[in-house]
Amino acid sequence: MIDPLSVFLLLLSASTPILFAALGELIAERAGILNLGVEGMMITGALAGFAAAYATGNPFIGFLVAALAGAAISLLYTVLTQVFLANQVASGLALTLFGLGLAAMFGKPFEGVKAPPMPDGPFGINWIVWLGLLMVPVIWWFLNRTRRGLILRAVGENHEAAHALGYDVRLTRTAAIAFGGAMAGIGGAFISIATVLQWTEGMTAGAGWIALAIVVFSSWTAFGVLAGAWLFGGVTVLQLRLQAAEVDVPVQLLSMAPYLATIIVLVLISARQTYSRKAGGAAPGSLGNNFHALR
Amino acid sequence: MNSTAVFRAEGIGKSYPGVRANDDVSFQVDAGQIHALLGENGAGKSTLVKMIYGLVRPDQGRMSLMGAPHQPADPRAARAAGVAMVFQHFSLFDALTVAENIALGMENPPPRRELSARITKVSHDFGLPLNPARRIVTLSAGERQRVEIIRCLLQNPRLLIMDEPTSVLTPQEAELLFATLRKLAAQGTAILYISHKLDEIRTHCDCATILRHGRVVDSCDPRAHSARELAAMMVGGEMRDIDRSGRQAGEVLLKVQDLSLPAPNAEGTALKSVSLELRAGQILGIGGVAGNGQEELLAALTGETRSASGTITLEGADLSPLPPEQRRKAGLLTAPEDRLGHAAVPDFSLTENTLLTAGARKGLVRNGLIDHRAARSFAESVIAAFDVRTPGPHVTARALSGGNLQKFVIGREVLQDPRVLVVNQPTWGVDASAAAFVRQSLLDLARQGAGVIVISQDLDELLELSDQFCALNEGRLSEPCPTEGLTLDQIGLMLGGAHGMQEAAL
Amino acid sequence: MIRLVPRSTASTFWQVATPVMAVLATMIAGGVLFAIMGHDPVTAIRTIFWDPLFGPAAAYSRPQLLVKAAPLILIASGLAIGFRAGIWNIGAEGQYIIGGLTGGAVALAAYPSEGAWIFPAMVIAGAAGGWAWGMIPALLRNWFGASEILVSLMLVYVAQRVAAWMAFGPMKNPEGFGFPGSRNLQQYPAASNPELIAGTGAHWGVVAAAVAVLVTWVLVSRHIRGFHIRAAGSAPRAARFAGVNPATLVAFCLGLSGALAGMAGLFEVAGPAGQITDKLGTGYGFTAIIVAFLGRLHPVGILLAGLLLALTYIGGELAQLTMQLPAATVQVFQGMLLFFLLGFDVLTRFRIQRKGQS
Repeated sequence: MIDPLSVFLLLLSASTPILFAALGELIAERAGILNLGVEGMMITGALAGFAAAYATGNPFIGFLVAALAGAAISLLYTVLTQVFLANQVASGLALTLFGLGLAAMFGKPFEGVKAPPMPDGPFGINWIVWLGLLMVPVIWWFLNRTRRGLILRAVGENHEAAHALGYDVRLTRTAAIAFGGAMAGIGGAFISIATVLQWTEGMTAGAGWIALAIVVFSSWTAFGVLAGAWLFGGVTVLQLRLQAAEVDVPVQLLSMAPYLATIIVLVLISARQTYSRKAGGAAPGSLGNNFHALR
Repeated sequence: MNSTAVFRAEGIGKSYPGVRANDDVSFQVDAGQIHALLGENGAGKSTLVKMIYGLVRPDQGRMSLMGAPHQPADPRAARAAGVAMVFQHFSLFDALTVAENIALGMENPPPRRELSARITKVSHDFGLPLNPARRIVTLSAGERQRVEIIRCLLQNPRLLIMDEPTSVLTPQEAELLFATLRKLAAQGTAILYISHKLDEIRTHCDCATILRHGRVVDSCDPRAHSARELAAMMVGGEMRDIDRSGRQAGEVLLKVQDLSLPAPNAEGTALKSVSLELRAGQILGIGGVAGNGQEELLAALTGETRSASGTITLEGADLSPLPPEQRRKAGLLTAPEDRLGHAAVPDFSLTENTLLTAGARKGLVRNGLIDHRAARSFAESVIAAFDVRTPGPHVTARALSGGNLQKFVIGREVLQDPRVLVVNQPTWGVDASAAAFVRQSLLDLARQGAGVIVISQDLDELLELSDQFCALNEGRLSEPCPTEGLTLDQIGLMLGGAHGMQEAAL
Repeated sequence: MIRLVPRSTASTFWQVATPVMAVLATMIAGGVLFAIMGHDPVTAIRTIFWDPLFGPAAAYSRPQLLVKAAPLILIASGLAIGFRAGIWNIGAEGQYIIGGLTGGAVALAAYPSEGAWIFPAMVIAGAAGGWAWGMIPALLRNWFGASEILVSLMLVYVAQRVAAWMAFGPMKNPEGFGFPGSRNLQQYPAASNPELIAGTGAHWGVVAAAVAVLVTWVLVSRHIRGFHIRAAGSAPRAARFAGVNPATLVAFCLGLSGALAGMAGLFEVAGPAGQITDKLGTGYGFTAIIVAFLGRLHPVGILLAGLLLALTYIGGELAQLTMQLPAATVQVFQGMLLFFLLGFDVLTRFRIQRKGQS
C-alpha cells in the first residue's frame, strides 16, 4: 500500500531542515556554546532565503543568502556572549524572540507568493538534501581527524586549559557560532524554498528547538545527529500519513507527535548519559559557560 | 655571567590593578640545573612563570632564552622557543584521549599513529608508562601528571617549568618524578621548579630563588640551609610555634560505622565501608591523595549525600537520615575544601554567607525569616575574632584573598561552638600566617572539648595537628594509628604507594 | 582597546541604570528601523510609548494597560524565582494555555448553575493545571536529567495543540452554530472575571499580580527559602552545602511558575478573552521572560517592566491602526529590548578599563 522508497524520500526531505540546524548546533556545542537561538536563526534563514530566491528566481542563491543571513544574525549572539559575557541561555532566547519578530515584520510583503521551482538532483532527490547528507561525514571528519577540529573540541571541553595552551577561545567560538548560524539558515530556507514553497509567519514551528534536542540525542556526534534527524523525519512522515489516511484521531493530537517524541527521546537519552562520561559521549565540559581571560 | 645560562630574567616587573605582582625580578637558570622558585601564595611565582610561558606580558624588564631575547606573544611562541610547562591545575581535557591531549600541546604534531608510537616509546624510556588511547577522565592524578610531562618531553624543551607538581602525588610518586627530572637535567635541560614544600626543595634542587611580595629577596643553595631558615626567608620573619598543649581525649562523640556510598558521578569515588571514631578533645587526621574519596566523605558527614541509617551517630543520636541543617543543629559542623563555590557563595556578601550554615545555631533565621541585623553582627564577630582582613561584612566573598576567606569560613564554624568540626584541606592555597592561624584555632577548639577531623593532603600539616592518623585510599579508610613516631615512608605506604603503577605498566 | 575587570561587588547604580539605558537604546534603534522602513521615527515612538497613556484615544487605551500587564507580571514573578535559581522554565506559555483550559473546564462543566464557589474553583483549577504542566519538566529533570529548557518548550507546542483540539472538539460551544471556540464566559456571571472598578481595567488577575509581587518580594528578600534559591543560582554546590535539595528546588520553582502562569491563563479566559479558542496562547508566556529579565528578576522591577511591556503591546496596536506598522513590530521591539539589556548588563558585573600601553 505504501511504497517504502517514496516514504524514505519523504523522510529525507522532512529531516533535512533539522539535520542542517542540528549539525550547526553540534559544532557550536562542541565548542562549548549552547545557542538557544537556533529557532530564530532558522526563521531568519527561511525568510531571507525565500526572499532572495523569489527576487532572483534562483533557489540556490536563496540558500546562499539564507546561510549568510543566519550567520549574520548569529553575530548578535556572539557580541552578547563573547564580548559582553552575557548569559548564554538568556542570549539564545533573545535571539529566538528577536529573529521570530524580525522575520514576521519583514515577511509581510512575501506572503502569498510562490517560490521558484527547484531542480532535482541525482535520483530525483533535492540537491540540498544531498548537501545535508554530505555534511554528516564532513563534520565527523572535521571533528575527529583535523587539527582545527581537535582545537574546537578542546575549547569546548575545558576553555581554561585551551587558553593556557595558547588557543584563542573567543575566536574559535565566534567561528563555531557563525557556522551554526549559517547551517540553521540553510535548514530554515529548506522549509520555505523546498518544502512549503511559500513564506508564512512562524513557519519553522519549533524545528529549531527540536534540533537542539537532537544534538543531545546524538551524544554530540555527527552520525548521531543524522540518526536523530531521521527519527524525527520518520515521526513527521508517519504523522502526516495518518492524517492523510483520516484515522479516527483528531488532527491536533496527531500533530503533537514530533514534540512528544522529542520529549520521550530526551528522557531516554538523558537517563543513559548521566553515567556515561567515562565512556565519552557526554556533553562538552565547558558547555554553556562563558570564558573571561584575566590578563 | 657564564655561557651555561639557559634562561635569564633581568628586572622583570608586572602590575595588576592595585597589585604589584612582580617588581625588578632577576635570576637565571643554568643548563642541567633544577632551580627552585620558592615563595608563599601570592608572592608572584605564578605571574612570573606565566610571563615566561607567554600567557602574560611583562611591563618592564628583559628575558632571554639561550642568549636570544625571549618575548613570546603567546604560549605557542614560547613552546616554539623551547619552553614547556606542567601546570599546577592540569591543563588537560577530560573527554579527550592521552594522544589528543599531547597533540594539543605540540606545535606540529606528527600523524596520529606516529604520535602514539612516540608517546609509548618516550613514556617507557622515562619509566612513566602511558597508553595513548586512554581518555584522561579514567586516569589517576599521578597518571594525569605523566601526560603533562610526556607532552613537554616530546618537544625536547630547553627550559621545563613545573608548577607545584608534587601537591597531588604520594611521596613515592614524587620520588619517581624527581628521578625523571634528574634524568632530564643530566641531558642538559634546565628545570624551573616551583613549590612551597621546603623539604623536597632541600633534597632535590640545586639552587633556589626566593620571592616575597613580588620581589627576589634571596638566592641560595637550598641544601646549605635548614627548612626553618628557608621558611623565614619566604615569610620574612620567624614562624610562630604551634601550641598543641592541654588536650585530653574524652568520651566518643562521632561514630561512623560501615559507611558505604556509590560514586556520585563518573568522576567520583565510592566510599567502601568507612568506619571511624572521634573522641572529645581529639584531632583525627585523614590523609590521602586527592580524588580518593575526601569530598565524598565530607559530603556524607555534612548531609549533602544521605547514607544508610545507623552509619553516622553523634553522641548516640543517629544523624544519617537528617539533612544538613538538622545535623548542624545537633552540633556536627563542616568546612569543605573549595572555599569559593562550596563553603561560600562567591557573589554573596560575608553577611549573607553566614546564613549558609549559621542560621539555626546563631538564631539568624526565625520562622523562615532572615534577621539581617543578627547575620551582620555575627559576620562582624567572625571578622574580628579570626582577624579577617576586609573592609567590612558587606564585601563579597570573591573579593577576599584565599587566606582571609579561609579564616572567615573556619571562623564561621568555630564560633558556632560545634561538638564536632570536620574540615577538608583547611590550609590549601593559604599563606603561611593564615595557615598557622587556622591550625591554631583548630587546636584551640579541640582543647575546649570538641572533636575535630582534619582531611588534608598536606602530610606535614596532619603530623603537626592530629593525634590519630588514617589514610583514605580509593574510598577505603585505614585503621587509625597514633601520629607519634609515624614516618613519611610509612604514611606513603598507607596512602597506596605509587598510585596506579601496576595498572599502567601492563 | 578596552578590557573588562570583574567588580568585587555588583554595582547597585548600574543595576537600576541598565534597564533604563536598554529602553532608551531600544527607542533609538527602533527609530532607526522605522526610518529605514519609511516611517517618521518620532511619530512612531510617540505613538507606541506616549499616546496610549496621554494621546487622544487614551481614555480607551489606558485601562488596557492593567489588562495586559497583569498576566505578564503574574507569569514573570514566578519565572524570576526559577531564573534566580538557574532553573529555566521557558514554557510558561504552555502552562498559561493549560491553566486557561483546566480553569475554563470547571466553568463549562458547571454551566449553567450559579454559585459563589464557581469562580474560586476555576482559579484553583487553573493554577493546578499550570502547576501540573510545569511539574512535567520538573519530574523529568529530577528523574532522568532531561533538560527542563527543551521539555518545557516542547510542551508549549503540545499545549497549543491541546487547546486547538479542545476548541474544535470537546469544549466547542454546542450553541455556537458550528464555530470553533467554547461558550463565552463573559456572559456567564458566576464564571466571569469582570472589571472590578469601572474604567481601570482592573480584574481579579490584577489583584493576583499585585499579591504575587508582594509575596515574591518577601520570599526573595526576607525568607530563607529565597536565600537558598539565590544561592542555588549563584553557586549550586554551596547551596547544597547549606542544605538545599536540588530536586525539591526544581519542583518548587517549576511548580510555582507553572501555577502562576496557569492562573494568568484562567483570568484571561474568564475575562478579556472570554472563551477558549485555538488562539488561547498569545505570547504572554514568552514576553514574560523579557519582563523578568528587564525587571532584573526583582519583584518591583518586574512590576515596572510588566507595565512597560504592556505599554508596547497597546502602543503597537495603536501604531498598527494609525501608521499601518506591521503587527510584529512589537515583537521586534521586545527582542531588541532584551538584547540591549543583556548587553548593557556587562556594566553591572564588570568595570571597563582602558588597556594601558606600558
